[in-house]
Amino acid sequence: MSALYLVPVGSVPENTWAWIENAVSEWFPLPIRRLAPVAIPERAYDARRGQYQSVEIMKTLAQDTPGDATRILGVTDVDLAIPMLSFLFGQAQLNGRIAVVSLCRLHQEFYGLPAEDDLLRERIVKEVLHEMGHTFGLVHCRDQKCVMSLATHIGLVDSKSQQYCSPCGLQLAEQVASLVGGV
Amino acid sequence: MKKNWPILVVDDEDVMCESMAAWLREDGYRVDTAPSGQKAVELAKSSDYAICFVDLKMPGGMDGIETMMEIHRVRPEASVIIITAYATVDTAIQAMKEGAQEYIVKPCNPQEISMLVARILKLKKLQSENAILRKKLTRQYRHHDIITKNPRMEEILALTQDVASLRSTVLIRGESGTGKELVARAVHFSGSRAGKPFVVMNCAALTETLLESELFGYEKGAFTGAGGQTKGKFEVADGGTIFLDEIGDISAKLQADLLRVLQERRFYRVGGTQEVEVDVRVIAATNKDLGEEVKQGRFREDLYYRLNVIEIRLPALRERREDIPLLAEHFVQRISSELGKEISGITAAALKLLIAYEWPGNVRELENVIERAIVTCRNGMLEEQDFSWLQRSESTQQDWQVPDVPLEELERRAIVTALERKHGNVKEASAALGIDRSTLYDKLKRYEISH
Repeated sequence: MSALYLVPVGSVPENTWAWIENAVSEWFPLPIRRLAPVAIPERAYDARRGQYQSVEIMKTLAQDTPGDATRILGVTDVDLAIPMLSFLFGQAQLNGRIAVVSLCRLHQEFYGLPAEDDLLRERIVKEVLHEMGHTFGLVHCRDQKCVMSLATHIGLVDSKSQQYCSPCGLQLAEQVASLVGGV
Repeated sequence: MKKNWPILVVDDEDVMCESMAAWLREDGYRVDTAPSGQKAVELAKSSDYAICFVDLKMPGGMDGIETMMEIHRVRPEASVIIITAYATVDTAIQAMKEGAQEYIVKPCNPQEISMLVARILKLKKLQSENAILRKKLTRQYRHHDIITKNPRMEEILALTQDVASLRSTVLIRGESGTGKELVARAVHFSGSRAGKPFVVMNCAALTETLLESELFGYEKGAFTGAGGQTKGKFEVADGGTIFLDEIGDISAKLQADLLRVLQERRFYRVGGTQEVEVDVRVIAATNKDLGEEVKQGRFREDLYYRLNVIEIRLPALRERREDIPLLAEHFVQRISSELGKEISGITAAALKLLIAYEWPGNVRELENVIERAIVTCRNGMLEEQDFSWLQRSESTQQDWQVPDVPLEELERRAIVTALERKHGNVKEASAALGIDRSTLYDKLKRYEISH
């Protein structure tokens, strides 16, 4: 049976993995495996902006993948961006295999505030479910509470729930079922 | 949510193209990418892009502004957003001058881009809705949308087609509610003036002085309150058509003024010393017998002949009863969809009732009756009971003890009662009386009823 792989990109705090694995296993009935960390590719670093190009990280994730990998979710603690945008919470291939989530801007410390573990966990769960949803073909949802709604700043991440709305949830369930059933 | 508007991203850097396209695809858009201006133009030829993100600096061949201009040649409607890594005021001004919708400096805040895309697409949606509505509006007044199988009406429609592209004045006669304005619109929208204004002026609704300034406009200070120069309906209608409804009600002075406009195509604004020249086709309408008004000395004979170059006399609805089922079905479909009620039609018994009725207010009354029935209808079909009030009013009329007063007094009382029942609302009172608003105004003036 094909599996969903979680890949640390660079150093990622150990306590976050349990949160991620719990959230993913609730929605995706697939074997979940964690791979050894991969180094952040040097070419991804944009010295002028002090950020990392998510496209390069996704390319790295797509290399040397296990044969049974149906989805690969990279998790990194560095700040991600693309040339056009000043930052990204994460990125995914729509209907593809690869997704990446950055924890950098999910920490309260990024905004000069004291750390809050519960809030961090909620944000990580939301971003992981959001990017995974894209790999199963879900696009941004108009329902502001749906985890698939577009968040362009941390306030919008906080205001959405950790759930898919009914239409998104149904579409996801269908996609997941066809994947699991097809194996 | 599926978003049908395609977007194009043009940049020589592959990473820029692919990352931007991936981000927009997550939002549900169909996105294409092009590594050069040439490729972008080629793609634009086969795809109707709503938005094109174009990088300003691209090595070799076309730069961003040239690419934008070429895209606009192929797709004038496309919104081009010029992107650059470093802003200079000059290039920004140049880009906007050449037709860019926006100019953005990368990297950009995701919220900014997301709102920009949403704003442009909202505008596109409004533009496309507007185009559809315009099309609908034009279609609404085309001849074959006047619903009839009555031979006389068909002859009239053929006549409107024949006269549509002429400049000759048309006089439309018919009872209230027979569709005089609809025929006037059909003449206008079928002819060469269709793209120009169609201006409606109800001559019965205003006093002489007000009507004069409405028709011909006025100069600053022409009278108390004339704050600035104002165009009249004749000027507004320049190149198009003016529809003068209730022409039989205008004063002797206005008859003279109107005759001059018809003869010379020029006039003075109220208080003006300079002549204004216009090219306007006049379509006039009346429910009076103008020939009789001429005989009685109430209407100028020369004006009558000027107006009556082409005469169209519209039959009353009771003279074309075969159209009642067609019209009723049409109103049911239109009004039920407007009101959002699912009504599949009218039962045969109810239709029989409608065909037998006299319809003093003609097609407009039929429309009002159907609307009222749809509002109160509880089933999916309009049944006899939905028109029971129509029956009642007929039977009330039959049993009615008519007081021994002159006919005019009866009419006056009916108007006062209708106004009282409708709390002074002229629109509702005219609907209840089965006459149009202008006729009611006319009668209010005649009977000196204040409301």
